[in-house]
Amino acid sequence: MNMNPHIRHTFRKLIATALILTTLFAGTQAHAQMPTGEITVYAAASLRDAFTAIGRDFEAKYPDTRVAFSFAGSQQLAEQIGYGAPADVFASANEKLMKAVVKTTRIDAAQAHRFAHNQLVVVYPKSNPARLRKLNDLAKKGVTLVLANKAVPAGGYALDFLNKAAAKPEFGLLYRTAVLSNIVSYEEDVRTVFAKIVLGEADAGIVYASDVLADKAKAVRTITIPVELNTVAVYPIAPLVDSPNPALAHAFVDYVLSPAGQATLKRYGFAIP
Amino acid sequence: MPRAPSLPHALPLVAAAALLSLIVLPLAAIAVRGAPEFAAAVGAAEVRSAVALTAWTSAIALLVILLIGTPTAWLVARHRSRGWRIIDALLDLPVVLPPSVAGLGLLMAFGRTGLIGPVLNTLGIPLAFSTAAVIIAQVFVAAPLYVRAAIVGFRSVDRDLERVAMVEGAGAWQIFRFITLPLALPALMAGAVTAWARSLGEFGATILFAGNLVGRTQTMALAIYTSFQSDLPAALALTLLLLLASLTVLVTARLLRTADASS
Repeated sequence: MNMNPHIRHTFRKLIATALILTTLFAGTQAHAQMPTGEITVYAAASLRDAFTAIGRDFEAKYPDTRVAFSFAGSQQLAEQIGYGAPADVFASANEKLMKAVVKTTRIDAAQAHRFAHNQLVVVYPKSNPARLRKLNDLAKKGVTLVLANKAVPAGGYALDFLNKAAAKPEFGLLYRTAVLSNIVSYEEDVRTVFAKIVLGEADAGIVYASDVLADKAKAVRTITIPVELNTVAVYPIAPLVDSPNPALAHAFVDYVLSPAGQATLKRYGFAIP
Repeated sequence: MPRAPSLPHALPLVAAAALLSLIVLPLAAIAVRGAPEFAAAVGAAEVRSAVALTAWTSAIALLVILLIGTPTAWLVARHRSRGWRIIDALLDLPVVLPPSVAGLGLLMAFGRTGLIGPVLNTLGIPLAFSTAAVIIAQVFVAAPLYVRAAIVGFRSVDRDLERVAMVEGAGAWQIFRFITLPLALPALMAGAVTAWARSLGEFGATILFAGNLVGRTQTMALAIYTSFQSDLPAALALTLLLLLASLTVLVTARLLRTADASS
């Protein structure tokens, strides 16, 4: 066959385009059926146990996949994603940090979904060195408290609690001042707060209800923070728009939102929206 | 002096350029990014508090290191038996330990529920989350750098000079004070300066063992970590300050050593 070089060139282009289109189409088809490959999920520290379990279930359901996790304070993850960290999915412990990542354009706001709720509790070591019985005791002189720092979602929620308490006559402004002056350390994620209480290094800390369920050694006791003082922590999840494996990233998000994923979250102490 | 052939130099030069740029580029980047907002960021209360805390805790740490490190180094330098050589190796351990290991170890030993923490607590010396814990972490990681330099310094002192002084009737303290110490001094100073630089930047052991509270345990390295997540200009300003301090310290140490070599 003797083709005019110009026609041959066009012909080649056409074939290449067709090939690309077929691949893309096959890709979306595969997405609907069986995702494969590897993704990295950036998830709030409080999700460590629940997401590790969900990751195992997900890999069992889709055998050709591997889900790696990076757990840290949501504020650290959001910061890392802002600097271009290779995340495929982001699960935050508050909506503020999800919005911060949306601002970087690496997440499309329309693709973010709320998938879990949580709330705060006060935890103290089983030995109860400060003899705590009720919330008011946190203001006693000499009690040592550990909180997450204010940029960490759990730290922000803890400050919300103190502000709400300050507005109630049974606690008052003095309560907030006294509690704040008892704080000996602001940690970088909620699990570090929890670890220090499990170790007995401080008298009390403020963590999520779900964290307490993760304590298999039963080393801590809790004081409930009543609903009117508590803040419902809302967890959003979203795939990254520049994920090299969008099919798998979407499949993971879908799985977290599916009845199976939600049941696992519930088992690990999260409330379901 | 014969000139070295130029060709074999090319490859080592490329390698040196690669290594140097790896070290210099991040420093330059920090200077470039940090400089515009430096003045404003340095004025922030949290930044000032971190600088002050770092300055005085590392000064106390250095004092402690000198007081307990000097006699230790002298002992190790004067003994060569197997037992002392094991001690010699142990003294270097903190240099190779990851900071997280150091922090967890200190927590397990001196923490409230640690090995001797409860005793300290009943004595009214609670270390957990205290500024004292910051200093202990600094001593732990920085002391080996001083002790190593001091051992070398003491070993380089001519023993005959000490013997002559003894024959002349000098006491042990006099010999140390007027012969050993002055001769080893440049090495001790260089070691002290390096150790101080190390304690300035101490991070891992501190955040695990001492916690993170502005004014009490939040040193510059911790403040950089925390503000990186919420206040980048503050993080960059602190980084720049720490960088300048470390650079000054290392150059001083190098000058001291050169002065030593030429004397």
